[in-house]
Amino acid sequence: MAKPQPKNAEPQEHPEPATPPTPKAVAALLVGWFVPGAGHLLLRRWGRGALLLVSVFTMFFLGLAMEGRVYAFNTGDLLDILGFLGDVGAGGLYLLTRMMDWGKGAISLATAAYGTTFIIVAGLLNIISAVDAYHIAVGKKP
Amino acid sequence: MTLQLSHFSAVVIFALFASIVFGITQRNTPRAMLRYGAYCFLLFLLGTLAGGWLMWLLRH
Repeated sequence: MAKPQPKNAEPQEHPEPATPPTPKAVAALLVGWFVPGAGHLLLRRWGRGALLLVSVFTMFFLGLAMEGRVYAFNTGDLLDILGFLGDVGAGGLYLLTRMMDWGKGAISLATAAYGTTFIIVAGLLNIISAVDAYHIAVGKKP
Repeated sequence: MTLQLSHFSAVVIFALFASIVFGITQRNTPRAMLRYGAYCFLLFLLGTLAGGWLMWLLRH
């Protein structure tokens, strides 16, 4: 029988058990990065996947509609590099935008700055979503 | 066609979608997701309003 812990005892640390990556988990991560929400859809989390897809897609395309800027790969200003990293998080949407030559940004418009932020944040939210899909696939999250 | 949103409407849309993603990814049960999403949405809006009033006070 386990001994009862005293009330003022330090809580014991229980390190999380190692969850090795499985092929399905890696696929959920990559697919979720490439198509927003698709990682969850792959794992049959239909509702969550649909909501993530709509959220990231809408933010990204609203950003484009506001004439937001999409950053290309660069080694210049630090903020430009970070902007590129955020944009790349959108996966396939970013590649599509670069292929279609969208997202040139209109400096003259005040709302273009909002658009640029929307696009970067859509990419960052997509990274969170893809990692979440990975956690579901390895069993760290229901 | 260029979409031109006001600052406040941009914040509301931003808060809505960011909160949905935060709710889904940061909590485990549907009820907790809904509660956390709503909490984030309110924090975004209240934070923006508080920041706006703070800037107004600094300006005056």
